[in-house]
Amino acid sequence: MASQALAIPTRPSAMRWRGDLLFLLESLILKDFRIRYRAMSLGVLWSLLNPLIMMGVLTFVFTKVFPNTTRQFPVFVLCGLVPYNFFTVAWISGTTSIIDNASLVKRIPIPREIVPIAAVLSNVVHLSIQILLLFACVWIFGGSTNVHWLWLPLLWFLEILFVCGLALITSSVNVYLRDTRYIVESANTVLFWLVPIFYSFESIPPRLKEFYQFNPVAALVLCMRDILMHASSPPTGTVLKLAAVACATFVVGLFVFRRGKGAFYEHI
Amino acid sequence: MSIVAFDRVSKYFLRHGGQMLLRDRIRHLFDRRERERFWALRDVSFAIEPGESLAVIGQNGAGKSTLLNIATQLCSPSEGTARINGRVAGLLELGAGFHPYLTGRENVRINAALLGLSRRQVNQRFDQIVEFAGTGDFIDEPLRTYSTGMSMRLAFAVAVHVDPDILIIDEVLGVGDQTFFAKCFERIMEFRRAGKTLLCVSHDLDSLALLCDRALWLEHGRVARVGPLRQVVQAYRDFSSASTPAGAP
Repeated sequence: MASQALAIPTRPSAMRWRGDLLFLLESLILKDFRIRYRAMSLGVLWSLLNPLIMMGVLTFVFTKVFPNTTRQFPVFVLCGLVPYNFFTVAWISGTTSIIDNASLVKRIPIPREIVPIAAVLSNVVHLSIQILLLFACVWIFGGSTNVHWLWLPLLWFLEILFVCGLALITSSVNVYLRDTRYIVESANTVLFWLVPIFYSFESIPPRLKEFYQFNPVAALVLCMRDILMHASSPPTGTVLKLAAVACATFVVGLFVFRRGKGAFYEHI
Repeated sequence: MSIVAFDRVSKYFLRHGGQMLLRDRIRHLFDRRERERFWALRDVSFAIEPGESLAVIGQNGAGKSTLLNIATQLCSPSEGTARINGRVAGLLELGAGFHPYLTGRENVRINAALLGLSRRQVNQRFDQIVEFAGTGDFIDEPLRTYSTGMSMRLAFAVAVHVDPDILIIDEVLGVGDQTFFAKCFERIMEFRRAGKTLLCVSHDLDSLALLCDRALWLEHGRVARVGPLRQVVQAYRDFSSASTPAGAP
């Protein structure tokens, strides 16, 4: 039967895993981080190299090939690249996390939500290094720390919450439909062009501007530029949209995952 | 109250042969035939009282592992109910999450966290675990430098230090050498003397006879017999030798 093709049980499995959830989360994040960096000879340096190269290439193309008037173009681009890079890498690793950790999911009755969430959070280590790089660039190009920087932790928290929500959705769908990861990869490619990374928000047609801000990645990029380049607080409307979409996605994510996880065992 | 109670538990798997791609999904939209079911367990009922120990025996593919996985709540029954009252730790999870690039120490901590130990418990029991595993200075070397026996010993050491109410052992008594086997055996007996419950799967009927007092014999997913270990094992042995082709040892 067609409906059986996606046989998602309505009865969630009553798993009772008793343990230290925070300690488990920390262990899983550290594990991911250690494995990734121990396999790299230059370690943390690779985290810096990729955004620097992209920054260089985009700056070359958009100041020499297509000249434009944006000031401090490298900082401008990096404000777009850092959120975008984090978003794509975290979303992909979250999406494949259940399948990648099949041996855990099939053998230990841990709360399974923790697997995609740990996958997303392990990218935060990587992200913090890139944010430091961004700060360094701001200082090099003459910017300075100001009180509006206090917005950054809240904005990033919302962004991480948003990615966790998306990862919960796509990781559980990916168990039943293995093509999901390719759909996510394509979505990321599209997103590179739909997030104002190398163009400014002003060049977007006015009637699309409102809509644009509902994309949390775009909203974060806009807020980052306001804070780091214009030394002003981010527009309240944009922050509210970011918060609304992030919280809604996370709640939907928990719901979808809860529906899906009951039959993971049979489908991995 | 029984610590484990299975009431008419059945479990089937759909034979989808790993068809999880979009094209399979689309094909199933048009192909409305019901897919074949494989019944791993059928109408299995039993109960384990606190402090009891039950051996599950049967040939390969009889449904032993499915039964254990339902008991550890890794999957839910298709029909019937399975109630478990207490903290389950399975030795079928031996070395779950072990990664060759991480050191023994790091692997122990991750594995223990997965099995449900808190940070404080891990810190308290860490030395005992290493002592039990007998890996010595190797504990700070990457796991890929360990021999198979050594990493299994480490995994077993973590599992027996979780201190569960129900210990599930799935064919892991063959881990390590004689000395280590004796140590594991002693640890399991200690566990039994403490009044904990044991659920064992093994083909090693002699070891089972030492560890368990009751047995459940599964045959093609159904309970063939359940009762005092000696009788059930005897019946199973008679059945096995009867079904062995003539001339085989």
